[in-house]
Formats: sequence, C-alpha cells, structure tokens
Amino acid sequence: MKASNPLWQKQVFESAPEEFIREIETYETEIQLRKQGKMDEKVFAESRLRRGAYGQRYDNGQRWDGTETQTLPFPSSSTELTKGMNTVWDAPGMQRIKVPYGGMNPKQLEVMADLAEEYSDNIAHVTTRQDFQLHFIHIDDTPALLRRLASVGMTTREACGNSVRNITGCPFSGVCSTESFDVTPYADALTFFLLGHPDIQDFGRKFKIAFSGCRDEACGLVNMHDMGAIGVKRIIDGVEKRGFELYVGGGLGTVPHQAKLFADFVSEEELLPTTQAISRVFARLGEKKNRNRARVKFLVAQLGIEEFKRLVTEERAILTEDPRWTAYLSNLNKLDETPLRPAGKLAEDTPRPEGFDNWYKTNIWNQKQENYSTVTIALPLGDITPNQLRALADIARTYTNGTIRTTVDQNIVLRWISNADLIEVYSALKAVGLGNAGAGTIVDITSCPGTDTCKLGISASRGLAGELKKRLAEKSHTLDEAVQDLHIKVSGCFNSCGQHHISDLGFFGVSRRSGNYTVPHFQVVLGGEWTHNGGSYGLAVGAVPAKRIPEVVERLTGRYVAERQKGEHFKEFIQRVGKVEIKKLIDDLTKLPTHDEDPSLFTDWGDSREYTIGDIGVGECAGEVVSHAEFGLLAAERQAFEAQIALDEKQYQRAGELAYLSMKQAVKTLVQEQFYDVPDDNDRVAEEFRTRFYDTKIFWDEYAGGKFGHYYLRAHEKSNESYSPDEAHRRVEEALLVIEAAHTCYGKLLATKNTVKPFGI
Amino acid sequence: MNIQHINVKFYIQNPESVSLESYNKIFNTWIQTHRTEEMLVDVADYLHVHHGPGIMLIGHEANYSLDNTEGRLGLLYNRKLQENGSNEEKLAQAFRAVLTAAQILEKENDLQINTKEVQVILNDRFLFPNTEETFKTLKPDFKNFFDKLYNGDAYTFERNTESRQRFILDVKADSAPSTESLLEHLPAIAESVHA
Ligand code: SF4
Repeated sequence: MKASNPLWQKQVFESAPEEFIREIETYETEIQLRKQGKMDEKVFAESRLRRGAYGQRYDNGQRWDGTETQTLPFPSSSTELTKGMNTVWDAPGMQRIKVPYGGMNPKQLEVMADLAEEYSDNIAHVTTRQDFQLHFIHIDDTPALLRRLASVGMTTREACGNSVRNITGCPFSGVCSTESFDVTPYADALTFFLLGHPDIQDFGRKFKIAFSGCRDEACGLVNMHDMGAIGVKRIIDGVEKRGFELYVGGGLGTVPHQAKLFADFVSEEELLPTTQAISRVFARLGEKKNRNRARVKFLVAQLGIEEFKRLVTEERAILTEDPRWTAYLSNLNKLDETPLRPAGKLAEDTPRPEGFDNWYKTNIWNQKQENYSTVTIALPLGDITPNQLRALADIARTYTNGTIRTTVDQNIVLRWISNADLIEVYSALKAVGLGNAGAGTIVDITSCPGTDTCKLGISASRGLAGELKKRLAEKSHTLDEAVQDLHIKVSGCFNSCGQHHISDLGFFGVSRRSGNYTVPHFQVVLGGEWTHNGGSYGLAVGAVPAKRIPEVVERLTGRYVAERQKGEHFKEFIQRVGKVEIKKLIDDLTKLPTHDEDPSLFTDWGDSREYTIGDIGVGECAGEVVSHAEFGLLAAERQAFEAQIALDEKQYQRAGELAYLSMKQAVKTLVQEQFYDVPDDNDRVAEEFRTRFYDTKIFWDEYAGGKFGHYYLRAHEKSNESYSPDEAHRRVEEALLVIEAAHTCYGKLLATKNTVKPFGI
Repeated sequence: MNIQHINVKFYIQNPESVSLESYNKIFNTWIQTHRTEEMLVDVADYLHVHHGPGIMLIGHEANYSLDNTEGRLGLLYNRKLQENGSNEEKLAQAFRAVLTAAQILEKENDLQINTKEVQVILNDRFLFPNTEETFKTLKPDFKNFFDKLYNGDAYTFERNTESRQRFILDVKADSAPSTESLLEHLPAIAESVHA
C-alpha cells in the first residue's frame, strides 16, 4: 500500500470532474465503513465492483502450489476483514478502467503508465471491451488510483458489477469509409447519460452496449451485445435523418444469443430515452435471483421480442422528459477530430525500413479522408509496458492531435496519421517494440485473462494464446493467404470473455478427468463469424487437451488450405465439410494417455504446476445482486457516518444537515419501494413517507410506535433552521435510529412481500 | 525525506545464457518452499512483452522479478509495503532482500549478477518527485549507504533526468564484489524496520 495514498486526497485536481471526485469520496468512506465493520461484506462487494475493483484469482487466500493447496497468510486474514464473500482484504485484486468507445489521449496513456508502475505489476492490459485493466492492486490503493485517473477525466464507475459496462464503439468511427456517420458522439452521450443513472442501479446483471457505424464490418460486434446500435440514415419528409438500427438481447456467455432487431430506425433524438426505457424494463422484469438467467437476452427470449418492444414503448411513453436526451445534439461536433500534420502520400523513393512492408499490409487502414491512415498497434495479449505507453503518447503527440482508440481485439489504434509520416511512425513504434505486423490476422490472437488472474478460469487462455502466437508468427511469412486472415480467440472458460464464439477458430477452457488427475482442455469452437458485427456463432466440435491445441490448429488450417474451394471462407468450409468429418480429424487428439505416459499433458500452458481445478473461485463477473433498497440504505448510512465526522470536527451545521439528509435518504428508499420515481424533493419525500408509511403505521416500531417516523418528520420541519451543537448531536443520534428503523421496515416489507413497484407512477 | 517503496535492480551478467522460461518453475518452487522473507502469492509471466517486466514473483510485501525494462535483464526487488526505520535501514532491507535472492539464484541456477551496477528506484511520484531537489535532499543518505556497501571502493551515481520517470538512481562501481561481500557490508537493520 502506498505511503502517499492519503496525500492524493488533499491534492487538488482542477481538471477532475467534480462528480468523479465526489464519487471517489463516497467510495473511500465505504472502505472506512467496511474496515470498521459497519458495512456488510455483500453490499461492499457490489459497491467496489461498481467502482471497477474486481476480485482476482487466489483472493480467497488459497493457492494450489503444484502439490498441495497452501493457505496464503495475508495479514488481514487474522482480522477476518474481507472485501466480499470469501475475499481476503489484503489479497491483490484487479482494477478495471472504463474507456468509453476506446477513446483516449496521450495524457491518459501517461497516467496509465504511472499507475501500472506504482500500483500494479508494470503492465497495463487492454481488454476485449476496450477497457484497461491493472492487476495485483491492493484495495487500499484504489482511491488514490481513482483520483489520479479522474485528474485526466477517466472513471472506473460501473466498470464491473450489475450495471451498464463500458460502452464500446468502432475504433474507426469518424474515419471509416463504410460508416453511415460517426457514432462517437452518440456513444459518448449515452455513456455519460447512463453513468450513475438511477434507472440502471437495479439490474440483476450487467448490461453491455455497443455502437457500430455500419452493418458489414466487425468493429462494433453489435450482435453479441445486450443492446447494439448501428448508425443508419433515413429520408423522412424529404430530410435526411440520422438514427440507429437497434438490437437487443444478444450475448455470448455459456448460452450465446444473437441479438434481435428491436427497431430498424430509432431517431437520434430517441436514442437516449429508448435506452432508458429498455433499462427500466430490464430492471423491473429481469431475473434477479438466478444470475445464470439474469442477462437481458433471457428476458427477451422469455417475453418474445414483440412483447419486449411493447413494454419498452409503454415505458417510454411515461418517462419524464429529460433535457439531456437531446441537449448533446446541438454540439455533436464537440468530439470531431482534426489532423495535426498535412495530408501526404507515402514516399515511393524513401528506403523502407526492414519489416515496413509487412506491417503496412496488415496494420494500416486507409481513412476516408484522403492520404490519412489509421495505424493499428498489435499488442501481444493486450499487454503494454509503462515505457511503451509513454512512447506511444509521444508518437501520438508528434504525428496526431492525440487521437487514440483501444479496440475490442486488444489493440490500440492511432488515427489521422498522414501517409507521408508512415515510415517515421513505423520506425518510432518499432524502436519501442510496438511495430509488430499482423494486426487482424491469425497471429493477432485475442484472449481473456483465464487462469492467470481470473477467479473463474479453467484453462490458461493467455498461455495458449501466447504459444499459438509464437508458433504462427515463426512461420507467418509462409502461411497461406487464406490462413493469414483467420481469427483465433481464446476464453479461459465458458463465460466467453475472449469472444471465442465469433472467431474462425475459437477455444474455451474446460477440464477432463484421467485417473486421479485432472487435465486442462480446450473445447474447440469452429466457424464463428467476426464480420457483420459478429454475424454468427461457431459450434463446439470437441474438447482437446490444452497442450495439443497447436496440433489442432495445424491440422484444421492445413485441411482448409488443401481443400478449400475458390473464395470459400473458413466458416463455409466448416459447414461444407461437416462437423462429423471435422471431429474425425481431431479425434485421436482427444484420447488421453496416463500420467506416466505423458506428464506434460497434465500441466497447462505457461504454468509449470501440475494442473488443478481447485483454484477456481466464485466469480464476481455478475457481482452480488444487491437490491436498490440496500444501496439506498447504505447511502443513508454513509451520510450518517459523514455527519458523525462533521460532529467530531465541530462542524455542527454541516452535521445537522447531513443527519437530516441521511434520514431523508433512508425513508426515500422505502418510499421508492412503492413509488420508484418519487422526486428528490424534501417536501415531496416527507409527504409521500407520511401518507404511505407513517399514517399507515407500516413504519411503526413494535415497541416505540411512531417515534422514529416522528424523528424524521420533525427533522424535516426544522430542516431550514440552524443547528446548535446540542441539536446537531441530537439529530445525528436520531438519524441513526431512523436508519435502523428503515432497515427493519424494509425487512418487514420483504417478509410480507407487499412491495409493489410500478415504475411509471 | 522518509524513503519508501524502494526498488533495487541488479543487472544480470550473462543474459544470453539465462533460460527465462525455466524461472516460471523456479519461482513457483519458491512459493512452495517459502523461500523469501516476504509472503509470496503468485507468478506472473510477461516474457512475451518487449522490454517488459519479464517473469515476476508476486508477493504481499514485495515483488521479485527477472525484469527486462529497457532491454537490460536484471533481478528487481520492488518493495510495496511501507516500512519503519531510518533511510539507511530501509535501503539495507531492500538490498538484503535482493542480494539474498541473487545469491540463491546464482548458486542454484544459471544466472550471474553484475554487482558493478545497480539501479535504485523510489516507486512513488508523489513522495519522491524526480527532481534535482529530491536528489539533493537524499544524496547524503545514498552516499552514506553506498560508501558502506562498496566498502570504500570507488563508485558514482547519477539521477535519470527524464521528467516522466520515477526517481531513478543509477549506481556504478569500479569493482565487482561478490554478492556475499555486498551482503556482509550492508548496514545493520533494527527489528522494527518492517511496518
Ligand atoms: S472467460 Fe472465464 S476465464 Fe476468461 S475472463 Fe471470463 S470468466 Fe474469466
């Protein structure tokens, strides 16, 4: 833990958005509350997840060392302090950082570099959702880390947990010749509209949104999202209008679903309110108890798309008008990019550095703006070092106006590179090890963290991806052209974070028993489609021991090259040859020898320990399902805690005000159980509470009667008065009692199941 | 200035003959056999990254790694937890840890440490900004420490002046004492150094 952590709190970041800082302060208070035992571990877990602070493998304090499972004696184990169910406080965790639509600037790259060095393991990692992740982070370091991110406009809010995750978008938006229009400002507006929005706080699981500028390319992968928006134009009353073809209910995971068309044209004015209505329907009707069926894809499947649409339309009709729905449209150009350097042609007569031609062939994309290109930096397994991040920041500043995007295939794209600068840019990238060719080809393998750091990992996806990359890169120049264009994606388990369903050759981790041993395997998934926004999903053909997967790739690609018909894509080839035949091709590889015959098969790629599945923990991907009310009551407790601190600091007025607000928050939470959209107006909350809970005696205590409700109502009457030290003390005491009573009342509501939640009232 | 989060990197004399892949197993064995004072957690393999952190042994109080930053392979000790004690004691603790690990690796494996050169990094930009002022403030402490470590042999040190880097000191000695001899000359550490 950093000695400077408390000092970052005092550092004034003028550049940090105020709401980001407020949010970090709230989180910091929650850390204190949890450490003092004043916050339930389940609620704290979901709360930290919503700040992107994720668990990591072995954080239950147990690790298989190759012969036995060792208990890791973290200091906090002795105090039994946890940061979630079975999650030791001191155990390192992962911090996810949201990068909306992948857009970054050089300053942000530099801060990422500093954080990777100072808090993590000297690596920053780009994910398949265009996020960044840092691993091996101590939870106590997270507030300081979050503040430093906020200073460059970055947030981790709702990066994990049951919320709207990072909204992804084509990394080529705005410069792509096949797009209808630049979807960037829409992805940006939706990101900040939904961030912390009350209507997304009560999901049973995560909700993923993607934007794409066109139907045919792969960049947005709209089909595999809970909600996907493809930019389209339409002539309405003789005027060209922008809008979106909107899809819902897609998703990978254990049971992949192709998204269903929700509407073929949602106008730009309707994009935000429609999404809000979808969110409300999902929050209201989505599964909450069984997390395996809690994604929106199950709700859409259960209701049918027509009924889902009807409910959303109904919900949309009763939404209270929000000026933010359309305010951004008057400033759509705010994110427009411009070039730094004049357009130019690639010099024909300048000598090309070694490797340039191959790199040019695979990593360069012509922009629609003539003589400008995007440059893709192919990161090995999405990893980049602090010094590389700084070098990249320098290159972006020298050749562009700082226009950088991360991609869902774990790469980074520099935009607006003048073609005249391509040779210089290549040399600069190559000098720091970022000039690898092969972006978007078979060597550019995507992988989730797998058993390296993920609690749910079954097999070493990164280990396999690294091995395949090494082998394929060695012979990349001799690979048949048809093979070069194939995509390989690897997930460490069936949860599909590596997006294996939408690749030509996909693999996901499974295990098989052999005698007394367990053997790491990968299920082979063939014929998925990456283009057409992840147009179709591949099919599993059988599980093969992890160490034999390179042989699987060798055989399948060999057969494809030998037998493909003219112009036949891999997906079509697999369909034509048929699953039975393909299965035969790899059948012998599925047979297991005994441990004595070949012990190498009993270890996984990149891990020297004998394999076990004993390290698999309980996942946090879905977070804990914590109800909206539990969060509301937690917020009340936090305010009461802050009131106590104000009291200690002799700030009596502030203490009294906070105490009143904490009571209001507590009773408002109860009111929301009956009237979700109750306005956040003090008088209105008091009035609703009085009629719904006080007069009806629902809030009455068995012994104290209406006393606690009366405390709140009296505090409300006096809320405009000033507080003497005595009154402030009293108000704080009363607030604690009101919050307790609210907890009890909520428990009663749950027990009698008399909560009605008509969202639209 | 109260030094914290000290990193020490001794370069490897024979990088070309070190089989880095084998250190995955070696470091896993270290976890199995509790080979260091620190509590060890995991092994992280970044050998695929150009000039990256190499192969890491992640601990609770500190990490050890065969680090390849700037293309120079070295054994790096990264102290994460805070410590009590004087600056000299804290430097001595970090050097003792890295030199002890170096000694084991030299004896049992294929690497040799180049003791003529060492890099010290203060891994906290807030507390130790990479400025001339920090350097001036800490210079006497460093001088004192290296005088003892190199036992009177000549050495020089220089600050890395790239403003975005952390406070980094590159130390070069004329002689190349053995790891044993460096360990012998380390100043004593009081029991209370660990926080
Ligand atoms: S696919 Fe499985 S192993 Fe990979 S990150 Fe997701 S949950 Fe973890």
